[in-house]
Amino acid sequence: MPLTITHTPVYCLDLDQALAFYTKQLGFEVRQDVPMGPEMRWLTVAAPGSAHELLLAGVDHHIPPVDRAAMRDMVSKGNLAVFLEVDDLDAVFESLRAAGTEVLQEPVDQPYGVRDCGVRDPSGNHLRLSQPLGR
Amino acid sequence: MDCGDLAHLRRARDLLDREYARPLDVPGMARAALMSPSHFARQFRAAFGETPYAYLQSRRLERAMALLRRGDLSVTDVCLAVGFTSLGSFSSTFSRLVGEPPSAYRGRDHASMAPVPACVARTWTRPGWRGPERDETSRIGEAPRPAAALA
Repeated sequence: MPLTITHTPVYCLDLDQALAFYTKQLGFEVRQDVPMGPEMRWLTVAAPGSAHELLLAGVDHHIPPVDRAAMRDMVSKGNLAVFLEVDDLDAVFESLRAAGTEVLQEPVDQPYGVRDCGVRDPSGNHLRLSQPLGR
Repeated sequence: MDCGDLAHLRRARDLLDREYARPLDVPGMARAALMSPSHFARQFRAAFGETPYAYLQSRRLERAMALLRRGDLSVTDVCLAVGFTSLGSFSSTFSRLVGEPPSAYRGRDHASMAPVPACVARTWTRPGWRGPERDETSRIGEAPRPAAALA
């Protein structure tokens, strides 16, 4: 049975900031940006050529009012994470650092076969970037 | 708590996670959060459920566990590498929080951990993550009232 991931939400505090970061800093392209009134915006990005879209989900749009404060806290505290693979980890990392991105961990070779680093997106999500070793 | 304050506290916590091997103190951590030391200590505990010092200690122990699992470093090397200055205090703290002495932990087979990403192992092996007995003062049960002692 074919089984494919199509959308994964990334919860964000400020959608415009998130959009600029994921497109300008990381190279994602916008797939859908649909304003649905003041309370909702359907905004997805994807890596060029990939069918797997990240749903940039504004906490204020996607989370019910009763849980919004709790979700904002979760995001602000840095409890959520996104894992990405890139071709040239060190180049991506240096460009992120040069742009003032918060750094959690410089690139290192890991014993489980990848070189990886950690940064935070503008909302505070832990962004884990990796490159398979030996590439 | 305000999202901006939480972001400042998160940056201070990220600093502890990165710079754990340095002799960090609460005033230094508080500067990273742009707060006064006493306000910072209160707010950190309110946000993350433990004092900054307890968080730092459990980070150091989690790093020590990771280095001991490698098997090629001595207990003394590991003790110094994670920011402890006394082997006695390292061994007793490790034994109390991890449940066995560092030498015994180092000697066990840890092969099953090998495929787990470091950032995940880091969180899951942190003493207290599984929520063991917590007392009124801190989850890692050091001397009474660490916040007051540090203030």
